[in-house]
Amino acid sequence: MTGTETAQLLTIRGLTKAYPGVIANSDVSFSVAPGEVHALLGENGAGKSTLVKAIYGLVRPDAGEMRMRGEVYAPSEPRAARAAGVAMVFQHFSLFEALNVAENVALGMETPPRQRELSAKIRAVSEAYGLPLDPSRLVGDLSAGERQRVEIIRCLLQDPKLLIMDEPTSVLTPQEVEILFATLRQLSAEGTAILYISHKLEEIRSLCDSATILRRGKVVATCTPREVSARDLAEMMVGTALTPPARAPRTDWAGAPALEVTGLSVASPMPFGTSLKNVGFAVARGEVLGIAGVAGNGQDELLLALSGELKSAPGMVRAAGVDLGDKGPNDRRRAGFVVAPEERLGHAAAPGMSLVENALLSGAIRMGLVRRGFIDWAATRAFAEGVVRDYDVRTPGTHVAARALSGGNLQKFVIGRELSQEPAVIVINQPTWGVDASAAAAIRQVILDRAAAGAAVVVISQDLDELMEIADRFAALNEGRLSVPRPVQGLTMEEIGLMMGGAHGMHVPEIGAAHLLHAEAADAEA
Amino acid sequence: MMGSIDPILLIASLMVASTPILLAAIGELVTEKAGVLNLGVEGMMIVGAIAGFAMAVETGSPLMGFLGAALAGAALSLIFAFLTQVLLSNQVATGLALTLFGIGFSALIGQGYTGVRPPPTPKMDFGPLSDIPVIGPMLLRHDPMVYVSILIIAAVWAFLKFTRAGLVLRAVGESHDAAHALGYKVVRLRVLAIAFGGACAGLGGAYLSLVRVPQWTEGMTAGAGWIALAIVVFASWRPWRVLAGAYLFGGVTVLQLNLQAAGVAIPVQYLSMAPYLITILVLVLISADRRRAAQNAPASLGRVFHASS
Amino acid sequence: MLKLERRPAPSRLWTAATPVLAVIATMIAGGLLFAALGKDPVEAIRTIFWDPLFGEFASYSRPQLLVKAGPLILIAIGLSLGFKAQVWNIGAEGQYMMGALFGAATGLAFYPTDSVLLFPAMVVMGAFGGFLWAMIPAVLKLRFGTSEILVSLMLVYVAQHIMSAASFGMLKNPEGMGFPGSRNFQHYPAAFNGELIAGTGMHWGGVAALGAVVAAYVLLSRHILGFHIRVAGEAPRAARFAGVSPALLTSVCLGTSGALAGLAGLFEVTGPAGQITTDFASGYGFTAIIVAFLGRLHPVGILLAGLLMALTYIGGELAQLTLNLPSAAVQAFQGMLLFFLLAFDVLANFRIRLAGRARA
Repeated sequence: MTGTETAQLLTIRGLTKAYPGVIANSDVSFSVAPGEVHALLGENGAGKSTLVKAIYGLVRPDAGEMRMRGEVYAPSEPRAARAAGVAMVFQHFSLFEALNVAENVALGMETPPRQRELSAKIRAVSEAYGLPLDPSRLVGDLSAGERQRVEIIRCLLQDPKLLIMDEPTSVLTPQEVEILFATLRQLSAEGTAILYISHKLEEIRSLCDSATILRRGKVVATCTPREVSARDLAEMMVGTALTPPARAPRTDWAGAPALEVTGLSVASPMPFGTSLKNVGFAVARGEVLGIAGVAGNGQDELLLALSGELKSAPGMVRAAGVDLGDKGPNDRRRAGFVVAPEERLGHAAAPGMSLVENALLSGAIRMGLVRRGFIDWAATRAFAEGVVRDYDVRTPGTHVAARALSGGNLQKFVIGRELSQEPAVIVINQPTWGVDASAAAAIRQVILDRAAAGAAVVVISQDLDELMEIADRFAALNEGRLSVPRPVQGLTMEEIGLMMGGAHGMHVPEIGAAHLLHAEAADAEA
Repeated sequence: MMGSIDPILLIASLMVASTPILLAAIGELVTEKAGVLNLGVEGMMIVGAIAGFAMAVETGSPLMGFLGAALAGAALSLIFAFLTQVLLSNQVATGLALTLFGIGFSALIGQGYTGVRPPPTPKMDFGPLSDIPVIGPMLLRHDPMVYVSILIIAAVWAFLKFTRAGLVLRAVGESHDAAHALGYKVVRLRVLAIAFGGACAGLGGAYLSLVRVPQWTEGMTAGAGWIALAIVVFASWRPWRVLAGAYLFGGVTVLQLNLQAAGVAIPVQYLSMAPYLITILVLVLISADRRRAAQNAPASLGRVFHASS
Repeated sequence: MLKLERRPAPSRLWTAATPVLAVIATMIAGGLLFAALGKDPVEAIRTIFWDPLFGEFASYSRPQLLVKAGPLILIAIGLSLGFKAQVWNIGAEGQYMMGALFGAATGLAFYPTDSVLLFPAMVVMGAFGGFLWAMIPAVLKLRFGTSEILVSLMLVYVAQHIMSAASFGMLKNPEGMGFPGSRNFQHYPAAFNGELIAGTGMHWGGVAALGAVVAAYVLLSRHILGFHIRVAGEAPRAARFAGVSPALLTSVCLGTSGALAGLAGLFEVTGPAGQITTDFASGYGFTAIIVAFLGRLHPVGILLAGLLMALTYIGGELAQLTLNLPSAAVQAFQGMLLFFLLAFDVLANFRIRLAGRARA
């Protein structure tokens, strides 16, 4: 045992984990010191999640060694990890919508106090850290940002030595991100080490003390992010230099707006959804409108209302002058209005069905694949093969199930399927969510190409960088309301954040808030 | 004609008539709270009915009968648990299989028991209390299982509301992925919940064959297990409402039987339909408020859990 | 420790092989069960699976195969459409009874006509009766969101009582000397559904079953409606994205399965059963659920599964006669078959691996 190792909080050496057909982590080594904010940087599929799951006791590594303060650390389950002082804020899947905040917090603790005490504690700690929370509210009724606060509070109440945060800013507005960073900096000053997982380079440069960069399961570089440019970080992460998408010079197409949405109000069909309130915008031919917003502010409902899966009143949605407000998806497709939903498996595509069958799913109408109710399978196969060829979908063939494709390839197939139908209006929700960088670049390029060819495009996305890159105008959804669209040119981050709803009641943490936690911990020990 | 129906006796007999459904329904409630839809209640009930009957006849002890029924119900439910939790089969299909198998299997082992009388289950002795007018004959002259069933309701209510294990059970039913991510043993917990449901259904069946009827006939549950499933929906997954629902159905059953006995000028067959029609009616009323129904249902109900990592 | 890994797509080989495996496993488990009952297991299995086709009474029992398989296949085809779309009609038994009742009532209303139009009219009414009974859960589900599982099942018991009321009341044979039950269609040629080819057991119900198999095959493989049914079961949200109306699909699935069950009831009451009686219900509606799953919800599979299940019925009766095996044994046997099928299904959807505990 060397001196440096005991100085480190967590040391990982040679960690390897393989799944059938893919090596998630191969010989990964790095270490985190107390109070250090350490970034794990990598693309989707680089192996970040598997790595932190191993640290949190959810995955058993095949080989390698972890040490906590020099002692061998091999948590067999999350309970053991929590006992060793590791806490984790998940990106998805760790809250219970039908339970209240206090119950959710209690479920993440080993020995929670009684409900009343716990509620008081939640109130105190959440105020001190600038993350106000009402312990008696149902989590299902909370916004995405508030839900994340629940996760953070749950971790803080355990007085962790190491806090793992998995892509925490994807559900926050720029203002909320600033406050979160202030909280994290304070925790780090109090001696808590933070393992920060992200693929957002600017964030890492502003927050983290050191970074380990993963690519295809391997550590490809370590660096001090502040000393490296974002461009160099990106190259280390992706492995090649990326060229931003090229835009053709904008043509001014004559005529009325291709898509007009006026006074669109619909109730959410989901139990804890967000209803749309008086949403209005217009998109001209050749134009890309970007719609931002924190998850859960009505994006899913807006997509359903535009695709026709959720019907509205007549007059609320018009495409190319045709009133489609109360029309279903197929009538909209007939009018040249196509949509690509966010969730690839289960919504945009049926997971267990072949690419041919999935091509029929939304291509039946415009591609004329069905005659008198009977399916022309030969034409459908040709259509699917065309999409695979034209959009560079890597697959052994069109007979394979959608589920078998990687996220990026399936997304290329889904977007290609819609774009190759010669649409006049295109709406895409989260075009590059969970997609690797090269596929994302390709997808952004085809969207711009289609706009240049005269289509009106709406891109709904939580990735602000993406919207800045491809949109002409920008609007944001906040609690089911849409801001007035503004030209992207000249918009500042500050303005964008305010359009998204600002800080949602969060405030900068009190200095010395940690005494609350440590005092409590001391109480518990006494 | 209505005068021939004594309200005190009516309530007393509705408590007896409700108990089988009550037991089965509270067991299924716990199973469903854990996120598992077991449609095999009818099958577990009828196997409980014959197992309890046979056990009681062979040992001469109704208590042994009820114990045997609970064990048999739990054992049968473990087949369901193995198929759905370990082999990840479809819960609807597996539940149906359990019911079909249970009906056939119970008839098979029940061959020698048709026409046999079971040992009588003694009534509880509350001493002079049972002589209190109205309350005595109505509430205090039943067999122990009536009170046990109410105690089970209370225990389940307290378990779900106040204990940590109850909170974890609700959490697993709400989102098995989140529960798994926090390190809870989803499958283990669900298997336990399924077994509890099976034991309760078995008890309910045995109550039918040992107390309510009391004898063994093939297919004697006659849809009681399905009504129990409906009551869980009716109760919006809340224990005390299960009691209310079961007593409501017991009331309808007893009332129509009384009307039959009183010789009302409605053909027997139409009166016998009443419990089933009321079940449908109540399902309609309770489901009509869709948003509320959706919020009360455990969110993971019926979904297959497969830890992919 | 065993570990399950989801296959990207269900294995075709295992999908076809699991029913065979399930049948073999059921024979073994069933043999053990019979041994426990004190019967010779090998002989019992032979009596159930072999003798009806090739034994000494085969000439009697062989035609019975089609008589029993007809309604099972007809009902199972309808159910399979719904099951594919995750619409769970488990009240086919009730729809079967209502079809019989509607059809028989139509025939008896015109007694004693000899019009050739009568039988077709009865067929239509039989299908309509089943359709109507199945549309109750459909409408309640669409209008109020009630579970079609519970409602369709409750309606079985209601139908059972209506059946009983009819055989004591409305449809009672006026010349039946006070016994419950309707006139026998055997003595009513215009309404009788007799054997089409003597000695084969083939009646109109068998023809309808074959027609349903072919129609379902074409529907599922070539028609957009069949495609929509498959998508709805595979991914409900994708189906809505494809423009499928869940309401329409629920109605189509429940309505079709009800109509087919009604048809089965009509052909049964006018043929093999002969009359409406209190104990007309024979469990076909429930056994058809097993047939549908055993046939992998595929029309051709259902055809084969229906024949196999009919065989166990006949073999069971035979075993009852020759080995004194209780009739309930067959029911337990059929339930067991479904268990094994569902258990072996894991092989089609998952790869099973031995998870190594290799740790450094």
